[in-house]
Amino acid sequence: MNIAELAQNGKFVVTAEVGPPKGVEIEGMLEDAELMRGRVDGINATDQQSSVMRLGSLATCRLLKEKGLNPIFQVTCRDRNRIALQSDLLSAYVLGIENVLCLTGDFVALGDHPQAKPVFDLDSVSLLLAARELGQGRDLSGNELKGAPQFCLGAIVTPAADPLEPQLIKMEKKVKAGAQFFQTQAVYEPDKFEEFMKAVAYLNVPVLAGIVMLRSAAMARFMNKNVAGIYVPDNLIEEMDQAENKAQKSIEIAARLINEMKPFCQGVHIMAIGWEKKVPQVLDAAGL
Amino acid sequence: MIISEQKPLPEILKFLEGEQRIFLVGCKGCAEACYTGGEAQVMEMKQKLEEEGKTIVGHAVVDFLCDKALVKFRLKAHEAEINSADSLLVMTCGLGVQATSKVVDKVTHPACNTINVGGARGEWRGEERCLECGECLLDYTGGICPLTACTKGLINGPCGGAKNGKCEFEPETRDCGWHLIYERLKKLNRLDKMKTIISPKDYSKMQPPKNLRTTIMWALEKEEKEAVKK
Repeated sequence: MNIAELAQNGKFVVTAEVGPPKGVEIEGMLEDAELMRGRVDGINATDQQSSVMRLGSLATCRLLKEKGLNPIFQVTCRDRNRIALQSDLLSAYVLGIENVLCLTGDFVALGDHPQAKPVFDLDSVSLLLAARELGQGRDLSGNELKGAPQFCLGAIVTPAADPLEPQLIKMEKKVKAGAQFFQTQAVYEPDKFEEFMKAVAYLNVPVLAGIVMLRSAAMARFMNKNVAGIYVPDNLIEEMDQAENKAQKSIEIAARLINEMKPFCQGVHIMAIGWEKKVPQVLDAAGL
Repeated sequence: MIISEQKPLPEILKFLEGEQRIFLVGCKGCAEACYTGGEAQVMEMKQKLEEEGKTIVGHAVVDFLCDKALVKFRLKAHEAEINSADSLLVMTCGLGVQATSKVVDKVTHPACNTINVGGARGEWRGEERCLECGECLLDYTGGICPLTACTKGLINGPCGGAKNGKCEFEPETRDCGWHLIYERLKKLNRLDKMKTIISPKDYSKMQPPKNLRTTIMWALEKEEKEAVKK
């Protein structure tokens, strides 16, 4: 079942992600994915995350699919124009990939090829539109397709953005353009996230709360200072600071956040960022 | 010179939906030379809009609309008319629309599409940029160009990469274009504009149509060649 169907059936949906390697040694990534088998409902394959050139998300999704796992194909608008994006969506479908997460993508200057030409021919909203059009048997120019790919389309939103209203406006546009589920940027404040969930309830779309595992107090402070749309409150930073076993504390915090947010969202998306092997421990601690 | 062409009247009328009192702005520079926003075209537009039932509360044709200080000074003389207007229709390139937006706290609509001609630009010294995309979106974005103000050139709203109104690409100096657009539309009570889903842009419109490549300079060059032949 795809992500939207799972949520519709009342399942508390759990997704995680794997980072394709920079190079062709895929064993480590597949080991990470293997540990998630049976524990998560879908695994995102990131698309050249942070604008760093790596193995592609399409090939990664196919590898996951061959292992019998349920991949979520992340597609950004940073590196491909509308011809390549639509073509890759067709390719994904024939390779058996059903879930697609449509993203704008980071700016190129923040990655390891800052000289690259940024594309952004489409944006997250128009990519969703394009994918929906393909599903209806037409491409973006209105040409008829021989066989229409059926996708479960996902999108992202940043619940801790300040101001929040522009994010809410764009989220509504994404739903209108065809988004069937949302994964969020990291959230660390369940109270505020509950307010966000109330504000978007009218959209009637499943939202998976983003969980980024904290690795240290320094990482939390770094994100607060540098990463847009992420805010780690002081009490969590202090907990990390004082913990002797950082990994254990990180798992404990992630599990606690999941349980605090579980009553008012439809699932969680765990971004371990290098600690993929600890995802099962987070789920154990959260009782999932 | 910056080449512009007037948008079709139905598109302009769609921008003006729900608004009655309109102030027209033209330019004695490139827009006059392109027959899109000089005195004559402004008067034509006045007549067309009046036929559609609109009230034209006044007009100003500024030389040049790409000089923000001058725009401010010239429009000051029309303060009462502009204050009584629902919106301004600016019949120039994208820079003229952005300059007007910068100095007037009213909704500004673009009446033209700006087309790339590759040659020398106007006298613009401001921070705003016009991409000469041939498909002006300034109506939806409060007179701030999303293609140039947003680092990624996004047209459907912000990404998640802004913090304190600054772009994560250059957080010290670069404003988030969509934060500026949001704040401006909020101030003008026109956030509904931001909810419009904008279709992917037609980048073929960045190529100037053949008839518009015949600029005065191009004609002179051609003329000179022929003189030598004689």
